[in-house]
Amino acid sequence: MSDSNINMVAPPEGVVGEGFFATKLNDVVGMARANSLWPLPFATSCCGIEFMATMASHYDLARFGSERVSFSPRQADMLMVMGTISKKMAPILRQVYEQMSEPRWVIAVGACASSGGIFDTYSVLQGIDKVIPVDVYVPGCPPRPEQIVDGVMKLQELVRTESVRRRSSPEYQELLASYNIK
Amino acid sequence: MSELLLPPEHRYAKRIKEQLNEDGSELSILNLGPTHPATHGIFQNILLMDGERILEAEPTIGYIHRAFEKIAENRPFYQITPLTDRMNYCSSPINNMGWWMTLEKLLDIEVPKRAQYLRVIVMELARITDHIICNSILGVDTGAYTGFLYVFQFREKVYEIYEEICGARLTTNMGRIGGFERDWSPKAFELLNTFLEEFPAAWKEFENLFERNRIFIDRTVNVGPISAEQAMAYGFTGPNLRAAGVDYDVRVSQPYSSYEDFDFIIPVGKSGDTYDRFCVRNAEVWESLSIIRQALAKMPEGNDFHADVPDYYLPPKEDVYTSMESLIYHFKIVMGEVPVPVAEVYHPVEGGNGELGFYLVTDGSRTPYRLHFRRPCFIYYQAYPEMIKGALLSDAIVILSSLNVIAGELDA
Amino acid sequence: MALETIQIQEKLVESFDSVVFEFKQERDLFSFEVAADKITAVILFLKNDPTLRFHFLTDLCGIHYPDNDEEHQFAVVYHLHNWYENKRIKIKTYIKGENPEIKSISNIFLCSNWMERETYDFYGINFIGHPQLKRILNMDEMISFPMRKEFPMEDSGRTDKDDRFFGRTTDNY
Repeated sequence: MSDSNINMVAPPEGVVGEGFFATKLNDVVGMARANSLWPLPFATSCCGIEFMATMASHYDLARFGSERVSFSPRQADMLMVMGTISKKMAPILRQVYEQMSEPRWVIAVGACASSGGIFDTYSVLQGIDKVIPVDVYVPGCPPRPEQIVDGVMKLQELVRTESVRRRSSPEYQELLASYNIK
Repeated sequence: MSELLLPPEHRYAKRIKEQLNEDGSELSILNLGPTHPATHGIFQNILLMDGERILEAEPTIGYIHRAFEKIAENRPFYQITPLTDRMNYCSSPINNMGWWMTLEKLLDIEVPKRAQYLRVIVMELARITDHIICNSILGVDTGAYTGFLYVFQFREKVYEIYEEICGARLTTNMGRIGGFERDWSPKAFELLNTFLEEFPAAWKEFENLFERNRIFIDRTVNVGPISAEQAMAYGFTGPNLRAAGVDYDVRVSQPYSSYEDFDFIIPVGKSGDTYDRFCVRNAEVWESLSIIRQALAKMPEGNDFHADVPDYYLPPKEDVYTSMESLIYHFKIVMGEVPVPVAEVYHPVEGGNGELGFYLVTDGSRTPYRLHFRRPCFIYYQAYPEMIKGALLSDAIVILSSLNVIAGELDA
Repeated sequence: MALETIQIQEKLVESFDSVVFEFKQERDLFSFEVAADKITAVILFLKNDPTLRFHFLTDLCGIHYPDNDEEHQFAVVYHLHNWYENKRIKIKTYIKGENPEIKSISNIFLCSNWMERETYDFYGINFIGHPQLKRILNMDEMISFPMRKEFPMEDSGRTDKDDRFFGRTTDNY
């Protein structure tokens, strides 16, 4: 391995001895999840084109373990909402979110998805956090691919440190209940 | 899911009840979209299908309706460019320039030749990027991911040129009334020259990958054809109309920004099918490259990059701090208090997808009274249900991407 | 011989008399007004006349003029284009404010179908004879017509905007 330039993810903190390695389950699960996030691109407008650039050869999102774009919500971990979500679209976005299985994370890419952006109008939803919980917001109109990659890395950080019990905690249930999900 | 199911009184539901095939099979309904992975953008079509064949389609649009025209009525003229950016976001500079030219027509401003040529260059670059997206995505839809990964690098190269000109990549918000906000840097010309050297070889290779490719030909020839008469009746313009054999191009029929100075041909197809649309776009990229080369060669000397219209063109910042006159102009322009006649103008430009028109009605105030965008996608997408009638489901996807319907432009 | 604007005007006046009026050249566009009840006849004539041949409908849109008198509250604007002679014209027709309605041209130009639906969606102008006149961009449940001048642009449901900080209330001292 020493002469190739493949980067390996560092193992989590733990006790190493002869023939064994002891660490917390939390850390191992977090590491595994963080490095194989399957994105579901929910691209509606301009930011979707920048996402294409992010996926293409120049920026290459595959470096972060996300090359497998999952178009089925049921197999995706990371919902990337890119572009304006209108009020007509909002129920569909919510439905897609509900179809994803736990654990699921959401990135709001771009000003429109985060806050409605320049479209402060009667037809545009003023930020997707009105209908679904969001983990990471990426600013920009549209954000550069570097920013999108940065957003994914921020999310990886969240995923890595997330407790395996979080999804069944009362706080999380409360959060979902506040969005009226399930 | 329940709210998306069809009500029993829907005509498709009725037809399913009535029609039973001879072999006992039933018709079925397929809801394609609005977030179907195969459709690039947000289009919903409810399809009535007999096995794999599409009998009828009912499109629903408006999923990213953002009320551009309402916003435009509430913004001063120079704040409308960001909206035009977000219309056809694959070729924003064409939209920007079209909007400035509309205003220049309204205000009777003559733009210097050099600025016009610079505009031509940036508009043709935008057309190239637009066609790169459309054709490479068509490749992806027919199963060839390679072409997409290959030519998308060159979009990055074009983005670098845009960045050098205006600072942004995708939504460029480029230009001012009367020209550009700043002169192009030598670096921009350098990048442009490198692009002109490197891109043709790559594009030739891209063409070779597809144009004689058996699989690609089988997937596209005679798929979604439209006759010239029908295309005109449905209001087609741009490459999709030219693929049907009509040589209508706004750049030639109503030259703007000195397009009459350049020598180029209008590529036309014959049958108006998906393959012809692909080939017309390919050929247009070559024409665009040739126009850019001509514009660079004919570029007038000097460094004019804007018209001398102090009422509308922002003065340099250092003058604003030192001269009273400039400060007044600056204040008036920024506050949107510029003199505007009461008039109505219509200005068409040849956008990436066809005739992009701006119909502007002013009442002398700081905002447009009414601004209507003639969006080519919105008009020709009407023909889509007609075009996919009798086609296979997988063909419907290919036809959609060959039409290059941009959701932002479709829904305004 | 190129198609002259005076030719268009003479032909129209000859056939329709006072139904067409207000001929004027607006920059590069020749324009005139038509009485609303004769719009389909005029457009059909322009399309089928062997010398005029305006065979392409470029654009169709509505305009709201709340300050006009009751009979001129809305306008529908048609842009026609003759590709043979490369001539563009603009036709404007005014309709009344109460239950605005006008005849549909969707059987003359196929492409006007969605453009009329869009105009209906934005302004509530009823196109008589349209095959499927319903909302196209906005939600079906919407009851008001958003492009009318009295309709506010901003989303009314926003809670993060405090009007006091935008100077929009009278008692914000």
